[in-house]
Amino acid sequence: MRRDGMFAVAKDQLDPLICELAHDGYTVIGPTIRDGAITYDEITSAAMLPRGWTQETDGGHYRLKRRTDDACFGFVVGPHSLKRYLFPSRLKLFSVTRDGQGGFSPDVEPPPAPKYAFVGVRSCDLAAVAVQDMVFNSEMPDPYYRQVREQMFVVAVNCAEPGGTCFCSSMDTGPRCSAGYDLAITELSTSFAMEVGSERGQAMLERVRHEEADANARHLVDLMMSTAAKHNMGRSLDTADLPEILMSNLEHRQWDQAGNRCLACANCTLVCPTCFCNNIYDRTDLSGDHADRYRNWGSCFALEFTYHTGGYIRSSRRARYRQWLTHKLASWHGQFGTSGCVGCGRCITWCPVGIDITVEATAIADDVRESLKRHGSGTKTEEADV
Amino acid sequence: MAAANKKNPKLAVYKFSSCDGCQLSLLDLEDELLDLLGAVNISYFLEARRHVEPGPYDIGLVEGSISTQDEAERIVEVRRECRHLITIGACATSGGIQALKNWADVEQFKRTVYAHPEFIETLDTASPIAAHVLVDFELRGCPVNKYQIVEVLTALIVGRRPQIPTYSVCVECKRAGYVCVLVSGGLPCLGPVTQAGCGALCPAYGRGCYSCFGPCDSANPRALCGHFEQHGTRRGDLVRMLRSFNGYLEPFKQTGDEYESSLNTKQDLGVRD
Ligand code: SF4
Ligand code: SF4
Ligand code: SF4
Ligand code: SF4
Repeated sequence: MRRDGMFAVAKDQLDPLICELAHDGYTVIGPTIRDGAITYDEITSAAMLPRGWTQETDGGHYRLKRRTDDACFGFVVGPHSLKRYLFPSRLKLFSVTRDGQGGFSPDVEPPPAPKYAFVGVRSCDLAAVAVQDMVFNSEMPDPYYRQVREQMFVVAVNCAEPGGTCFCSSMDTGPRCSAGYDLAITELSTSFAMEVGSERGQAMLERVRHEEADANARHLVDLMMSTAAKHNMGRSLDTADLPEILMSNLEHRQWDQAGNRCLACANCTLVCPTCFCNNIYDRTDLSGDHADRYRNWGSCFALEFTYHTGGYIRSSRRARYRQWLTHKLASWHGQFGTSGCVGCGRCITWCPVGIDITVEATAIADDVRESLKRHGSGTKTEEADV
Repeated sequence: MAAANKKNPKLAVYKFSSCDGCQLSLLDLEDELLDLLGAVNISYFLEARRHVEPGPYDIGLVEGSISTQDEAERIVEVRRECRHLITIGACATSGGIQALKNWADVEQFKRTVYAHPEFIETLDTASPIAAHVLVDFELRGCPVNKYQIVEVLTALIVGRRPQIPTYSVCVECKRAGYVCVLVSGGLPCLGPVTQAGCGALCPAYGRGCYSCFGPCDSANPRALCGHFEQHGTRRGDLVRMLRSFNGYLEPFKQTGDEYESSLNTKQDLGVRD
């Protein structure tokens, strides 16, 4: 039976937990330091966690920093998200070989889906998985995604110290995990407060030393989470009326400015944990007897992505930036009934020139709201550009 | 060498002003070389075999830029004898490193470098092949990625579109899961304005991209360089960055020229006292 409530788990139980997960055949993926950032990689012990490290983030800026304490999870999201495991950047879909009798023999066996246990997953990333579920795991499920998704185990972490580009509280996706985890950790100074989200999580908890948490711990966690949400977010975004405002101001001058600064490099879409666009392409070998079909990460910022019969439909950087931002914050609602942005801040941090989705959207929204107040008219009308 | 198969397309490989590195990439195709020899007849490839079969050829691969009058005449002949003409490498597609002379006084170079400058016949510029004749496809890079050569030849033989991306190096960098050296290390990486194809080789080794593949589609070097400038890169260094391998290609050329014309102080130039 799954037990509600909160449990106190000593910090030295993290290593046994990782071992137990590995023992059950999971490939354990967790935060670890690589090449100057906290990335997701395979971990085999708690010693591989970036204990005592944190990061400083801002638009186009990320630096690792030493903490003054030795917290196990005293950092937030890095460049990677669960996306690269559920929706790999390159996946072979099938292959065909000529059978020598004028036909082809297909090989459609999907690649084996690893059994992952993710440790240290943040609330925004769990929300992002729920968003990607609507794409890859709904009416027409992607077999690989579905299998990884069904067999994955999640040890989530609540964020007590949001980062410089985080704005999950604006998007209602954090900083406290509300669903999608098996176990969720809030790190206190000397122990973990652990919550159980599933039967599997319960069974795993039973395999490490734990005890019922006292009322003080529960209050403390509540307080830490509400403080983080209210006062510690690096960014914020007022989403009221935002979809309507954006979609009815597609010629706002702010798009020109963003288009001038934007490099169309695609980094924002590739680091975004909800962006799902992909390219399907075929490879044939020199003999012409064998062909493979692949799927890799695509991006609406690539010119080729906008190619329709007859030409490129979004040839300017401005058009592509606008397409991306309005999809994230506006048209996603019509398509999926939710925002396409979970407020993780990655697109801000990892944009080479620091273009900030919250700043761009707010500049348009504030301007429109202001003129609404002054003129009381619905939308700002401007000369359509060509 | 495999016996010539009459049905196979005839391949010719030509060299103009260049270092041979791109042709060498073809010979460096260790795993694919036998398949390649089964699919094409190597009819003219002086770096690989002395035997030469007469033209016309089905596919011509051209390495190198046009930097002499003789080359400017020879490339017209080459175009005439090749059904498909594919240029390979930075020299052939942009003028290459030798295009640095396009901004310099060539007569002075000759006098400085050669004991007998009167023996040197050279044009004032080094230019890409496409500035002289119609080119069917260009493969960028210094040197080219050998797998892109295989891809374009395979596509041509099978009759499909080659899968040669024109988006930025960042796309390959992120797909590979590398940590961005620009954002996490403050290095001036040219990946966001450079065409993919190398697999983000330099960021994989913790270095910024030098743009040996040249500008990607929709490249915005002005905005990227403006950002570097704000973070302390001097204008003179920006000019040098833009002009290393592909400086003669737009929009690198225009941005580099704009920066150069705005240089006025020693500090801008990066001259150390
Ligand atoms: S956006 Fe929220 S949940 Fe995500 S890392 Fe930042 S604080 Fe944590
Ligand atoms: S749009 Fe930006 S902040 Fe929003 S989910 Fe994507 S990467 Fe995160
Ligand atoms: S917004 Fe930034 S990361 Fe996105 S394409 Fe433009 S420059 Fe690149
Ligand atoms: S390291 Fe360079 S190529 Fe890679 S994402 Fe950053 S800017 Fe782009």
